[in-house]
Amino acid sequence: MSAREINARLNRRQFLQFSGFGLALTASGQVMQVVAKDHADASALSAYITVSADGVITIGAPNPEVGQGVNTSLPMIIAEELDAAWSDVKVVNTPIDAAQYGAQFAGGSLSVPMRWDELRRVGATARAMLLQAAAQAMGVPTAELSTQDSRVTHEVSGRSLPYAELALDASKVSLPAADSVALKAPEQYRLLGQRVTNASAAAIAQGEALFGIDVTVPDMVYASYIKCPHIGGRPISANLDEIKAQRGVIDAFIIEGEAGPYQFDIRNSTQVSPGVAIVARDTWAAMRARKLLKVQWDTEPASSDDSEQIAAAAKAAAGRRDEAKTISSVGDASQALLDAKSRAKAFYSADFVSHAQLEPQSCVAQVTAQSAEVWTSSQTPSAVDQLLPGLLALPAEAVTVHSVRGGGGFGRRLSNEYVYEAALISQRMGLPVKVQWSREDDMAFDYFRSALYLDMEGGVSEEGRLSAWKLHVIAGSTDDEKANYGGTYRERDFPESRVPHYDIATTLIPSQTPTGAWRAPFSNIYAFAEQSFLCELAAAAGRDYRDFLLDLLGEDEWFKDGDRNALNTARAKGVINAACAAASWGRSLPEGRGLGLAFFFSHAGHVAEVAEVSVAADRRLTVHDVWVAADVGQVINLSGVENQIEGSVVDGLSAMANQRITIREGCIQETNFDTYPLLRMPKAPRVHVQMIASGYSPTGAGEPALPPLAPAVGNAVFAACGERIRELPFSKAGFMV
Amino acid sequence: MPFNVTINGELTDVSHIDPDTPLLWALRDHLGLVGTKYGCGIAQCGACTVWLDGDPARACQLPLGQLEGRSITTLEGLAGDALHPVQQAWVEHDVAQCGYCQAGQIMSAAALLARNPAPSDDEIDRAMAGNICRCGTYVRIRKAIKSASSTIQGGVAFFDPGDFDSTASLVDSKEVTS
Repeated sequence: MSAREINARLNRRQFLQFSGFGLALTASGQVMQVVAKDHADASALSAYITVSADGVITIGAPNPEVGQGVNTSLPMIIAEELDAAWSDVKVVNTPIDAAQYGAQFAGGSLSVPMRWDELRRVGATARAMLLQAAAQAMGVPTAELSTQDSRVTHEVSGRSLPYAELALDASKVSLPAADSVALKAPEQYRLLGQRVTNASAAAIAQGEALFGIDVTVPDMVYASYIKCPHIGGRPISANLDEIKAQRGVIDAFIIEGEAGPYQFDIRNSTQVSPGVAIVARDTWAAMRARKLLKVQWDTEPASSDDSEQIAAAAKAAAGRRDEAKTISSVGDASQALLDAKSRAKAFYSADFVSHAQLEPQSCVAQVTAQSAEVWTSSQTPSAVDQLLPGLLALPAEAVTVHSVRGGGGFGRRLSNEYVYEAALISQRMGLPVKVQWSREDDMAFDYFRSALYLDMEGGVSEEGRLSAWKLHVIAGSTDDEKANYGGTYRERDFPESRVPHYDIATTLIPSQTPTGAWRAPFSNIYAFAEQSFLCELAAAAGRDYRDFLLDLLGEDEWFKDGDRNALNTARAKGVINAACAAASWGRSLPEGRGLGLAFFFSHAGHVAEVAEVSVAADRRLTVHDVWVAADVGQVINLSGVENQIEGSVVDGLSAMANQRITIREGCIQETNFDTYPLLRMPKAPRVHVQMIASGYSPTGAGEPALPPLAPAVGNAVFAACGERIRELPFSKAGFMV
Repeated sequence: MPFNVTINGELTDVSHIDPDTPLLWALRDHLGLVGTKYGCGIAQCGACTVWLDGDPARACQLPLGQLEGRSITTLEGLAGDALHPVQQAWVEHDVAQCGYCQAGQIMSAAALLARNPAPSDDEIDRAMAGNICRCGTYVRIRKAIKSASSTIQGGVAFFDPGDFDSTASLVDSKEVTS
């Protein structure tokens, strides 16, 4: 995206002047007629599409872009049905406007599936309008016309008109009835399923100002916001006069905020943790001054968590299964265990991990007595739009939210506390402010992937099939009522519905540490424990894991017909077979080298991965290759989905290897990359991606390829050396990548 | 009194900026060059990689006051009339996901190829080990560096961004292994 484009999206008024004429389709797919108005340069065919006289087709991307590629894939859906040549397309971000675009967010791998029907209709409706205009211009019936590469052609006469010449007339035709607009069949796609370069690739390669951290507005000042290292504490006093006297510092003050550990509650909370704001003339002056800041903290409302104690409590709880609360139970799992031919019992654990997206949080806010504007890389700008007026006591229409590219999301930008901090500081200063979190702020004041402990028992029958399944979920809780985010067992179909006897129970242990969504929430730990433990059971029964897993999936069955969130065993078996075939599953390997398989269904995606791993005598692991077979339905952008999957493998390996957040007295101990290592290039495996064309509607690709990675590697380690790893990260078990 | 640093080939007076300011923040907050990114502030992530007299360096660790008479190149200064072959390869291989670390990745890669136009796989891995990518684009970065290496060795003309066609990378779907 060019600087010109970012300017366009940073200025809502300008965007509306540019494109706000003609006809608009609302997010619900309903058609809304707005005043048609001649315009010299551009004609809007909907709230998403504008065609300029010079042939540029501007398509709006409605959802936040944080690296998942939706600024390319969503406009591609429109361009496909519009029959626009992709080389004519310029992508811009739409404004944040619930009336026009519905809920605008990036999360749950939902952008593509939620927009799929709507955006196809947007493109197809605009195409129908262009056809009508062309039919009038040429004096022929629309049935004789065809479209391709941004042109309408009348085959019989050989006449052809570009969209650019038709757009103004098209924007005035009466809107076709919704049921008269046909959508393409997948075999008619010219663009979808192809490899298309990310719409922002050239801008990124040239260092253009694309990201939240890059936003500047006139007269802007810069702020650091310092919170209590004991999570949830509050400042009583600070050496504010000394700080204010520092070079470059404009002001320093305490914000009362809401004490207590941060609550991950996107829809309802505008919680700003108490802290000290240092406002300065540039970022460095604020960062330099904070080194001299001395604060007396009240730690009474703060967390006193200790991660060693949490782990010990979990271990103790695992020994008291009889005290656990039963969640669901079918048959008699305990008796079935006794009756089983072979059985296994194991305790799996996962530590807290941080998001560590490369761009630390920042936000620019410009708040006056009458209005507020914020520029944010939030994954949930719609939530800011709804909640910020309340925080600032301004009417809803006085608040404008600009959605700006984020340097990585992974769930971290689902919350908006950095926006609310910036807004409060700007309101107090009466100046536009950029709040910039340091890396240390970003890690210490994260909400983490919850630590989680899964105690499992299973049995295998004479016939070699899973016959008993017991799962004990041990999760942190702030109130002893419900588990913190990430700890609640979610009812699911597999493997439970394939086991005649199962029993799921849970125990809560105290933990105040904030937790929240981290790439593939729940699944990122469940996949590891479940797929590792099923492999343990297969091994106990003397069975090959692929065969055991395929048998367990059993007959073809979609657990809930038509529901993309329900596992489809045919698709599951399809990806398992494809990944195993690609990896030549079953081949013999030298001593110390093994293949491991894992399958997991999450975020509506069926993904199988096979890892080839060597284990050295000193327990150093080398992950050589990972073969991935993924079924996320219709592929939108093949290059984009492959990139997401390659990245999920690397990211999954990164977290699996050596990432853990430890806590003492409520303080986060790892706050930068020296103590919280991300995987570096020399450790990255070769990744081989295969997309399975199953004919289903598209689902998201940002998350589902991450969960199978850790168990695939763990199962490969077992195959290589016979040792079973039951801890995330693997470094806790003494295995280093 | 003027205090001059050469930035992207232009002699630039930076005397209005506090001399203890790291180059990173001088570029970003005062000189309008925001391509160089803040990631960690302790030379661990590589997002702020620039060239100091042609060698890669972490801008978060370079106080401006120590740079008098030195020459700095940022990502914005890498292209001439056309994109640098490394930038071109980054586009052709569709490397970026979020894109935040890529300025540093590109500056490290271009520095590597300037020293060693035909690096081995191991040399690429070693030269790039200082640059973190949470999105996990390493697989594509390796390919892009190989591709840029071929371009440089083959003397292929620099790529003109004005001619960039976003469909140029469309290829047959036959190659499913990446």
